[in-house]
Amino acid sequence: MNDLSASISAPLECNDVLRERGQREVFCGLTSIVWLHRKIQDAFFLVVGSRTCAHLIQSAAGVMIFAEPRFATAIIDDRDLSGVAEMNEELDKVVTRLIQRRPDIKLLFLVGSCPSEVIKLDLSRAAQRLSRQLMPDVRVLSYSGSGIETTFTQGEDACLTTLARELPSAAADAPASLLIVGALPDVVEDQFRRLFADLGLGNVGFLPPRGSAELPPIGSNTRYLLAQPFLGETSRALDDRGATRLAAPFPFGIEGTSAWIAAGAQAFGIDGATVERTIAPHRERAGIALAHYRDVLRGKRFFFFPDSQLEIPLARFLARELDMIPVEVGTPYIHRQHMAADLALLPPGTLISEGQDVDSQLDRCRAAQPDIVVCGLGLANPLEAEGLTTKWSIELLFSPTHGFEQAGDLAELFARPLIRRARLGGGKP
Amino acid sequence: MKLTLWTYEGPPHVGAMRIAASMTGLHYVLHAPQGDTYADLLFTMIERRDTRPPVTYTTFQARDLGGDTAGLFQRSVSDAYDRFKPEAMIVGASCTAELIQDDPAGLARALDLPIPVIPLELPSYQKKENWGAAETFYRLCRALAGPHVPPPGTSRPVRDLGRRPLCNILGPTSLGFRNRDDLVEVRKLLDRLGVDVNVVAPLGASPADIARLGEADFNVVLYPEIADVAVKWLERSFGQKSVRVSPIGVGGTRDFIEAVAGLIGSDTAPLLNEPTSRLTWYARSVDSTYLNGKRVFIFGDATHAIAAARVATMELGLTVVGLGTYAREFARDVRDAAALYGLEALITDDYLEVEEAVEALAPDLVLGTQMERHIAKRLGIPSAVISAPVHVQDFPARYSPQMGFEGANVLFDTWVHPLMMGLEEHLLVMFRDDREFHGTAGPSHIVRMATPQPQAAASVMSSESQPATIQDVNAESQPDVGQTTTVWNADAERELKKIPFFVRGKARRNTERFALERRLTEITVDTLYDAKAHFSR
Repeated sequence: MNDLSASISAPLECNDVLRERGQREVFCGLTSIVWLHRKIQDAFFLVVGSRTCAHLIQSAAGVMIFAEPRFATAIIDDRDLSGVAEMNEELDKVVTRLIQRRPDIKLLFLVGSCPSEVIKLDLSRAAQRLSRQLMPDVRVLSYSGSGIETTFTQGEDACLTTLARELPSAAADAPASLLIVGALPDVVEDQFRRLFADLGLGNVGFLPPRGSAELPPIGSNTRYLLAQPFLGETSRALDDRGATRLAAPFPFGIEGTSAWIAAGAQAFGIDGATVERTIAPHRERAGIALAHYRDVLRGKRFFFFPDSQLEIPLARFLARELDMIPVEVGTPYIHRQHMAADLALLPPGTLISEGQDVDSQLDRCRAAQPDIVVCGLGLANPLEAEGLTTKWSIELLFSPTHGFEQAGDLAELFARPLIRRARLGGGKP
Repeated sequence: MKLTLWTYEGPPHVGAMRIAASMTGLHYVLHAPQGDTYADLLFTMIERRDTRPPVTYTTFQARDLGGDTAGLFQRSVSDAYDRFKPEAMIVGASCTAELIQDDPAGLARALDLPIPVIPLELPSYQKKENWGAAETFYRLCRALAGPHVPPPGTSRPVRDLGRRPLCNILGPTSLGFRNRDDLVEVRKLLDRLGVDVNVVAPLGASPADIARLGEADFNVVLYPEIADVAVKWLERSFGQKSVRVSPIGVGGTRDFIEAVAGLIGSDTAPLLNEPTSRLTWYARSVDSTYLNGKRVFIFGDATHAIAAARVATMELGLTVVGLGTYAREFARDVRDAAALYGLEALITDDYLEVEEAVEALAPDLVLGTQMERHIAKRLGIPSAVISAPVHVQDFPARYSPQMGFEGANVLFDTWVHPLMMGLEEHLLVMFRDDREFHGTAGPSHIVRMATPQPQAAASVMSSESQPATIQDVNAESQPDVGQTTTVWNADAERELKKIPFFVRGKARRNTERFALERRLTEITVDTLYDAKAHFSR
């Protein structure tokens, strides 16, 4: 870990990256509602969009499992578009009906979509108007999860950006506090909270919070750690509020988590020996868990199709902690500053591609015949049928993967398809 | 603008994708933003399709909007042509691209590709998935078979009696409910009747196959939801006749056989006189007497819902208490069918309305889509799935048709098994005080949501509330204590517990309704039996 700070400052050469512009095979930002609505327990996400938006979310989430979800779509129809119906009045009616139905809702997000953006429906004004009517019972906010502006996880970025602007201001003389940014499963959040408490840091906030009433205060004494690599706009909004980002690799695997925790501790003047002593047992336990999968994964060549922006930190984890070999690391977008530490730790010469041209990427993938392909659900079965082994990338978002205690689970996600293929005798189906 | 928590049908361009994914040699270029590529997973995950659906998306972004989205569309079309070398293409816009009005039809025409390129106009803000599929199939038929239409007034040449009659089977589609296996059954029936199949479409057809649809002597319409618009055009253009009887259930299958035989003048006797489906005998075997008058609620697409109502009534002796569809295009057919059972059809695409109906009717069996299965599960009611929208479970590894005589066997098994077996019902009553059969134990084969009604909420209700929605009242609002309330006394509660669990809910509801209607403040053992006598059928 000691050489980490030195290597972080080495800038990535832009010509290392293959820039692609063609057909993208990725979800739009609306998809992140699937985990956001479960994280913020009293929030409701109302997409203002088309039938496609509604169908997308229910298909991506495999939704049919619950009584009544905390997300829905206000489907725009031709009456709205032709001006027969006044769209803002229609939206108010939908929201009124919704709030009557769900009095448990305290925070309502109006979520913009491709159609609402193209027709320039001003949802931020609508949110202000509705907030005035519904406060103090319900606060109404807005953001865009449209596919013309956001790719998959960027929907969370847009949502948290809105929340960042709503955070209460901390007093100027408030004691320094740490904020962890990015939706994490509650169990992971609790682990981090305990770890920082063991380090003597009791004042740790989380964005997004579990309930809308628990928005953490923010100010110039706030230091924040990004737990997710796709929060560029959120980070900018937090900076605007006076907070300071702590640079670190992302908390995946032992190495990433150690450096991430250390960066937090260092900012609060906690000495290296204390950090070392505190995390040592966790690191050791994670090492035992990882060792179970190293034999399966060592030397295996992996190929990432772009999906969530988790690809670079995960490639770093797979290469450095499990001795796997990157063939291509595709990612929808690279935030060079936030990704600097992880990029610096990738094996030299790793092919990184940004953006996508799915057909030519498939050509490269077939030519390379990697041992495991990490890709979306639209590509996985067709590639399996061709004899390649795949891991659905969406599971990397839906499962707890951060931190020491999940390092083994994260490795297992990649080992599972390889073990399965071996059990079934390898080869093509 | 309509509040939608869940939708039975996707947008119309997903219907077009289903046609493209059904066929070979056809490619679809869809002007759409990146998020719309989610639709690929419907095919690769639900149907476990082993290739990508033949669809290219332009995936334009916000930064393209100010620039040249039209150029992007044209590049996508010509790249897709170069890469996939299809025999024909369909081009169109998804909901967002419809708003930017790039004119995919004109742009594609300007490329002057050496293959048929068929533009689609699918109004995303008015129509839905099945309409989109039907419209796409119709456009394909017109564009590809159109050049072979004889001049108006030409009479159809008399069939050469030396060859077997030839038919098209129209409607089976990717992501259709059990279409794969139904097709096998229908082919078998047609073969026994001496009919050869000219083309099956869209499933498995190529553009060249579509072009020769007119060569068939007649059409078999398996799914009017997909094929009806195209079939009407084929009838007009080629003078073909069509068989529209859905061969679902023993009766439906026999009618189908008669209809085909009537068209071609063949003898049905060999086929109809041999033993056909086990359903007929099983339904008459003594164990089935308990099916008498079991109340069934049916909801789905029109074809399957209407057929299910007929099978339930005529072949299993059940009582249909609710019939409906999400397919507004076929509302009239479903209304007509519902009238046969003295019912008013439920036409809605809002599953919450369906849920309310199921809750109010408290049927013994729910036949519906995957959504009705979930509704039924939540309410602890046995159920079976009879219709799309499909789920990965609707593509079983085993052979499992809905149509033909084998399909009727499948219907018997899948509908009857969730219900309590006749003997089992009696045994449960006999042994209900034994530990294994204690009163609150559910049937072992139904996973129940183990959330019993809170005692207080179930025992007290307001006389102001609508009798039919007692449960809603309990769940959503506190009864006003200032008004007349009705309470179960302890003896009546004890007596209620002696009633077998699978009818106890109904007994409770009926008794409460009886008491509310009579403004009784206390439910006694007598009230319970008065209500029982009042509601006994």
